Amino acid sequence: MSVLGILRVTLTKDLRMEWRSKDAINSMLFFALLVVVIFSFSFDLTAEESRQIAGGLIWVALLFAAVVALNQTWARELRNQVLDAYRVSPAPAESLFMAKTIGNFLFVAVLELLMTPLFIVFYNLRSVGPVYQLVLASLLGNWALVVNGTFFGAMSIRTRSREVLLPLILFPISIPALLAMVGATTSTLTGEGSAHLPLVFLAVYDVVFTLVGLFLFETVLQAE
Amino acid sequence: MISSPDNPAVVLNEVSKLYGRFAALRMVSGEFAAGRLYLILGENGAGKSTLLRVLAGLIEPSHGKLTILGSSDRKAVKPQLGYMAHASMLYDELSGRENLAYFAELYGIRDRAICDQAIRTVGLDPALERRVGQYSQGMRQRLSLARAILNDPRILLLDEPFSNVDVGSAKEMTRLLGTMRDSGKTIFLVTHQPALLEGVADESVCMSSGRVIERVAHHLSSLETPEAKR
Repeated sequence: MSVLGILRVTLTKDLRMEWRSKDAINSMLFFALLVVVIFSFSFDLTAEESRQIAGGLIWVALLFAAVVALNQTWARELRNQVLDAYRVSPAPAESLFMAKTIGNFLFVAVLELLMTPLFIVFYNLRSVGPVYQLVLASLLGNWALVVNGTFFGAMSIRTRSREVLLPLILFPISIPALLAMVGATTSTLTGEGSAHLPLVFLAVYDVVFTLVGLFLFETVLQAE
Repeated sequence: MISSPDNPAVVLNEVSKLYGRFAALRMVSGEFAAGRLYLILGENGAGKSTLLRVLAGLIEPSHGKLTILGSSDRKAVKPQLGYMAHASMLYDELSGRENLAYFAELYGIRDRAICDQAIRTVGLDPALERRVGQYSQGMRQRLSLARAILNDPRILLLDEPFSNVDVGSAKEMTRLLGTMRDSGKTIFLVTHQPALLEGVADESVCMSSGRVIERVAHHLSSLETPEAKR
């Protein structure tokens, strides 16, 4: 009954359930699509202006859309009190936390893959800087969103207004990471400034919040 | 962690659970021997489910001490506990076998034959591919019991296992519980239908307003709930 073994079966179970219900992906995709289209029709931008603001638009759209998935992931565990079956078992809390975080990371990564072509078309984007920086910013930024979101999602599941509470807690704590994601993306798209510092900041942010989450998750899970 | 009549399976010492100023459990004390089936009876809100959740380790008592199988370390006894709640504690999107396979892994059980056996034990077919969301309430209850006994627990905590179950199925479940009790398991069962356990239960623990008001070791033909006695 290793931490990794239970992480693997929990992740597999979550992916199987998402594959069957498509609850998280569908609602995230629909939401992100709406944001992209509405912003695209709201502003009449030149290619240069698009590159300047696209970083912000992409990450705000992903942040809002990710909240939908983060709420879904814990709502599933609350239905039929299934989470109690996990709490009663001797399975380690860290496995559940990491499985949920990786699951959410994959859902948001799928969303990023689906949304990228749309962003390119609607905002007439092309990367001036190296593309690998965009990939790095996506991976690190995605993890920053979901690691906190998974943790605070677990904290808010037993509250009555959890769907409102999660963004209220998550958005302020994500602001430093969001600034770094936007900074890295914008400097890669425009070729102005360096993406190095924001990427390093994101990497440190990810490590710190992952460790904090792992350390505190058992307390959150066992809270009444 | 061996229990015998001298070394009871569960010992509660002035256990209380407070929610703000409301006391769901008030100074509950008692010793419960191994290998017996205890019925927990009482009106709604008497504290029966709270008591079971405290025993399961889902709720931390506000006051008092709890010892299970000789240990007060809740983590250490988790592999020895089986818990069935009001809700099914099953994923609707998965089949019965997939549900049990997942929960078995949480206890380090990799052998799928054990899952199949647990499903058969409660009278269901392991080959049934239907998702649990499409099960009838009675089938969910049975599968929920299968999940609770999957890890072969020494202490079984069952919260109204017969609700929405037809009489025939309830009798089958009762027979199974009797067999498990005879094999040395300690069973705590909350129910509003004590007559179903006639001849199987060893003792009734009657609760009211968060207190244990009476413990009756009896022949179950005379089983009555406290409200019925009044």
